[in-house]
Amino acid sequence: MSRIKAKIMTILLIALALMMLFPMILTVTNSFMGSQEIENNYSRNDEELDQNTFFSMKLIPDSVTLRQYYDILIAKHKFLRMFWNSVFIVLPIVAGQVVISSMAAFVFAKLKFKGKDVLFFIYIIIMMMPFQVTLVPNYITLDKLGLIDKYSAIIFPGVFGAFGVFLMRQFMIAIPNECIEAARVDGCSLLQIFFKIALPLSKGGIASLAILSFIDNWNMVEQPLIFLKDTNKYPLSIYLSKINHTELGIAFAASIIYMLPMLLMFLYGENYLVEGISRSIINDEGVDTSEYI
Amino acid sequence: MFSKYKKKETIMTLILIAPSVIGLLIFYIIPFIWMIIYSLFDSPINGEFVGMQNYINLLSNHAYKQAVINTAIFTMISVPLIIIISLLLSMLLDKKIHFSQNIKTAFIVPLVVPVASVIIFFELFFNKEGFLNNILYFFHIPSIDWMNSSYAMMAVITIYIWKNMGYNIILFFAGLQGIPKEYYEAASIDGAGPIAKFFHITLVYLMPTTFFVIIISIINSFKVFREVYLIAGDYPHQSIYMLQHYMNNAFRKLDYHKLVTSAILMTLVIYIFVFILFKIQKKINESIGN
Repeated sequence: MSRIKAKIMTILLIALALMMLFPMILTVTNSFMGSQEIENNYSRNDEELDQNTFFSMKLIPDSVTLRQYYDILIAKHKFLRMFWNSVFIVLPIVAGQVVISSMAAFVFAKLKFKGKDVLFFIYIIIMMMPFQVTLVPNYITLDKLGLIDKYSAIIFPGVFGAFGVFLMRQFMIAIPNECIEAARVDGCSLLQIFFKIALPLSKGGIASLAILSFIDNWNMVEQPLIFLKDTNKYPLSIYLSKINHTELGIAFAASIIYMLPMLLMFLYGENYLVEGISRSIINDEGVDTSEYI
Repeated sequence: MFSKYKKKETIMTLILIAPSVIGLLIFYIIPFIWMIIYSLFDSPINGEFVGMQNYINLLSNHAYKQAVINTAIFTMISVPLIIIISLLLSMLLDKKIHFSQNIKTAFIVPLVVPVASVIIFFELFFNKEGFLNNILYFFHIPSIDWMNSSYAMMAVITIYIWKNMGYNIILFFAGLQGIPKEYYEAASIDGAGPIAKFFHITLVYLMPTTFFVIIISIINSFKVFREVYLIAGDYPHQSIYMLQHYMNNAFRKLDYHKLVTSAILMTLVIYIFVFILFKIQKKINESIGN
């Protein structure tokens, strides 16, 4: 009896899992349709009085074609340029964030100094703020530094985000203190301990942070809209949201190319992603917030 | 000798932490202090001190009130909902179920997929002539213009749960794995049923995880603005006009006073919220410890 129950449960869960994947499945299959077919499926017939006409939700194309991919990858240069814009924005953020966060995280996890807890609490608050709140302070600084409309206007605030420090600290706190003490006794300097012990032992953390930061920044929408004025510098995310309305015939393939790097990374790094997220739980006694009000 | 070592160590500590702290000061903390000062004057240069006047103006602004109410409604519905659903699913996946690893992966994928690439699907799904209405028609339910009516909140909550459930499932799953199986066995011997076990073991030992899930769910609930913005633009239906829309539009209209004061108020609310949450967590941790 309970085996039947387990079977039903499994089937229900698989159905739910397929529903979760459905948006991607539909996008993939629609990316192999010709523009004409997409037009037919999703034409908006505003003038018709008949209330009961709907878009046809088709998963299998009438005729499979790579036309959409040809259009965006070869015929239109704009798409590829925007793709590289995204890459040029995201890679420096990820690299910078990994370096700066690991350095600071090592201090927060393994060294003692006055005001450490207060400082770390500030990091947590900044980490929680929605973009629209940090937008103002960011804008003030970027404007003063004359960086508006430059890629660095997006890269710098990203690099100095608080989340990286928070996550790396969670990983570095797990390094046994004995390791560090032993190295000290052997006469290692702090920098040597950082490079030869802390960094190698938190490789998993670095991978997690890189993946999470990549996902977050590849997704970015608000920052370029506000900090960049030249639309030629826009990353793919913004371009995509525009062609959804104007050129539906190529939007599906464009979406696929856009999500592909993320899916590939997920395929190879799922374990790092899962570990990174699980580690981010604040459950150690390290931060005592009760004193800071 | 020893003090020389100590001095060197202090310098190295500073070198390690300086880039991050300086960045934080320049891009977040110093401008934030400037913002607080700015909010108390009527104009940035040679302005007159007006005290709380800017805040009073903001709080009596109709659009702001609407945005606060909508954001509060959204958070208060979507956060408990996503927590209940993801806890339920994690507990099911924690049992011995075929393909449980693959099913878990399917729940995590939406987390990875960039918003802009699935927005096209959600537009087609929630359109007046879209897939959802097509399905409803099948059951003889009349069409709803999802994004342009008071039903829009339901659409936004659906997208939020779809996108963020994976995050919470990972967290709960890790939490569940951390509960020693012996506790359940011991409870079984004492004759505890599944419901008693859930309330006295699972829920109690998941508390620390749950607190963090609440924090993360709220952070992520702020991010749902991306989706709403990409579907509905600067001025969506008034039932989903959120604080983020308000602040974005204040920025565009160069209405810095409204933007700055609402940013400060939002920070204050987040701060109080985190503070209370940490306090409760500490209390509960202590009571578990005893």
